[in-house]
Amino acid sequence: MELIDLTLIWLVIIGLGVFMYVLMDGFDLGVGILFPFAPSDQARNAMMNSVAPVWDGNETWLVLSGAGLLAAFPLVYVVFLPALYIGVFLLLTGLIFRGVAFEFRFKARTSRYLWDRAFNIGSTIAAFAQGAVVGAYIQGFRVENFQYVGGAFDWLTPFTVMTGLGVVAGYALLGAAWVIMKTEGEVQAWAWRTLPWLLAAVMIVFVVVSVWTPLAQPRVLERWLDNAYVLWVFPTATVLVAGYVWRAIRLRHEGTPFVAAMILFALFYLGLLISMWPYAVPPEHTFWDAASAPESQLFLLIGFLFVIPIVLGYTAWTYWVFRGKVSDKVGYGH
Amino acid sequence: MELDPVLLSRIQFAFVVSFHAIFPVFTIGLASYIAFLEARFYRTGHPVYEELSHFWIRVFAVVFGMGVVSGIVMSFQFGTNWSVFSFAAANFLGPVLSYEVVTAFFLEAVFLGVLLFGRHKVPAGTHLFAAIMVALGTFISSFWIISANSWMHTPAGVELQDGIFRITSWGEAIFNPSFWPRFFHMALASFLTAGFVVVGVSAWYLRQGRVRESASRALAMTIVLLAVIAPAQLVVGDLHGLNTFEHQPEKVAAMEGLWETTEGAPLLLFALPSQSQERNFLEIGIPKLASLVLTHQLDGEVRGLKEWAPEDRPPVAPVFWSFRIMVAIGLLMITVAITGLVLRLRGRLTESPRFLRLCTWMIPTPFVAVLAGWFTTEVGRQPWVVHGMMRVDEAITPSLTGPMALFSLVGFILVYSLVFIAGAYYLVRVIRSGPEAYRPQREEEGRPKRPLSAVDTPLDEAPMGASS
Repeated sequence: MELIDLTLIWLVIIGLGVFMYVLMDGFDLGVGILFPFAPSDQARNAMMNSVAPVWDGNETWLVLSGAGLLAAFPLVYVVFLPALYIGVFLLLTGLIFRGVAFEFRFKARTSRYLWDRAFNIGSTIAAFAQGAVVGAYIQGFRVENFQYVGGAFDWLTPFTVMTGLGVVAGYALLGAAWVIMKTEGEVQAWAWRTLPWLLAAVMIVFVVVSVWTPLAQPRVLERWLDNAYVLWVFPTATVLVAGYVWRAIRLRHEGTPFVAAMILFALFYLGLLISMWPYAVPPEHTFWDAASAPESQLFLLIGFLFVIPIVLGYTAWTYWVFRGKVSDKVGYGH
Repeated sequence: MELDPVLLSRIQFAFVVSFHAIFPVFTIGLASYIAFLEARFYRTGHPVYEELSHFWIRVFAVVFGMGVVSGIVMSFQFGTNWSVFSFAAANFLGPVLSYEVVTAFFLEAVFLGVLLFGRHKVPAGTHLFAAIMVALGTFISSFWIISANSWMHTPAGVELQDGIFRITSWGEAIFNPSFWPRFFHMALASFLTAGFVVVGVSAWYLRQGRVRESASRALAMTIVLLAVIAPAQLVVGDLHGLNTFEHQPEKVAAMEGLWETTEGAPLLLFALPSQSQERNFLEIGIPKLASLVLTHQLDGEVRGLKEWAPEDRPPVAPVFWSFRIMVAIGLLMITVAITGLVLRLRGRLTESPRFLRLCTWMIPTPFVAVLAGWFTTEVGRQPWVVHGMMRVDEAITPSLTGPMALFSLVGFILVYSLVFIAGAYYLVRVIRSGPEAYRPQREEEGRPKRPLSAVDTPLDEAPMGASS
């Protein structure tokens, strides 16, 4: 009937938007998760300085993902948010405390330890809540007449706790790899020591979730068995990339762990989408069921095609301006 | 007691949006003021403009940061608490809010960084350009959000099919009937807010005998601007009221406290409206004035609340009173601004301690007026979420229970109170430190570009220049 499938285009756009958010806020949340384990106050200053210029630009992608979902896949927006009401509240308060801590930490003297704690706890809660969202997506939702009808804590299960911890570990991995790239000396040495443990933790969660998901969700098992001839690529690639990180750790290649960690996230993300395909709100509603009206998708698409390249240009430019190593001295406090 | 999720969600939305609104309403006006100062500095090279701009950019940074943090909640609250409304209105609200993010939020974020830390890193022209872009970003942002809001008051360009709004005309939906008066009313309110804060702070410095040159110049410039804008707001507000009279007459009836349809309706100065008894107590009013204002005829007909079924009427007392608070503050602003203009023309603006003190006392009033204005229009929209098309109690998330709503409401109040106390405490420190603490230094090594980080006053140490 239609020449182009707008819903598919929007799926790609929103998918990329969410992934941009995961990668970009992932490493700065990870820095927050690792904060209390840093070897010294100077190390914490350096870590904070390394993400300070870019973190709120990163979080704008979360706002864009939220608004974009409402525009292109309203069913996802109106089922996920009510179903995860308590989790979303925790996510938002985590992000608020973390954002405020960013700003006030360097102004504070006597109360600095409080802002440090707020930064760490806020980051960890936000990461955990995002992981729980992924778990809840895999579990599916009770939906009647396009509205969520389940209970307040349906989302909180051992499985979602596991995916929540998985994202905490994954973001910490990204954060440590970022710190390696952006710092030197004591703090970098510490990050090198921490990285193998985080990689191990991420791989353990990967194995557990990969075994648990098909056992708990027959529809995922069925999909895997039907498509086994392609899907073997994902676990294989994951193991290869993990091995690549291991090698980079031994050879002390500074940029490699971060790039490899991003590839790991891309693999997990694609694997998740393929396993759940074509469901936006499992177990019943596909992305096409969840889509908004074509005239709305088209109206926004036209603007996005012009504006998004400019936004990406800005973002790349900001990272270029703040390229290179940071220290604990430059920047915020005096 | 049964906890009502609809009522709790309404309170939560009102609390979160009120808390959020006081920051952008200030920053929209302040961004334009900073752009103006930067332009003057670029043209004249006079150091006073640089000093003023430097100082107000610091204030801007704190307020903008608070606005960003409180704003993240807003974009998710539609889904968590009002999922039926969100699903129904997604075809309109989704694109409009998404356009706000991509056309305004990114523009503000990027150029604010340049404005805050780039003075010595980019050419002067680029720095001025950044100031103008930040100001432009705040206006683009308010354009989209006012469009979304006014569409809820005067929906247009849509038809309701199976409980879903489908767009029939983007132009009619975005530029819906109440868009322009609401947009200009809000824009002028932002200028008034920033203007009265600048005037009040400058007057405070003058009374203390600090930074005389920049403070008296800021006071003199801004008071002239206010003497134009405050009366202009009366005219725009009147146009907005006439627009409401045409499209939401029951809101105007509540604003006027008018129960019976009347020819030659009085303008009530005081009354205690009773929703249940459908009448007012202790009325004091000026005969025929409401009819004159609304219909431009002494005996013009104004429809009373009884024309609508009781369940279709907005709560009268809150609308009636918040409207009066807003108008009273507006008239007070006009008086203060005109007085200031007269003093200035006589060359005595900075010499009257009483007037300077009055200016400082005015600082909170624009914020109160803005909130009162929003209460008037939003409570006056009740019981509708989309006027005439969808009711608030149909819009609520079906799975939301009273205890869940209470949990998040209490949580947000606690979190916001903490953030607000820390932010306000800090803002007072910045203002007490004064422009002399932010005199442009040649090389500030400014790597980070976070809003609040531009401010160098320690949070918990005594500020310089002033005794606490």
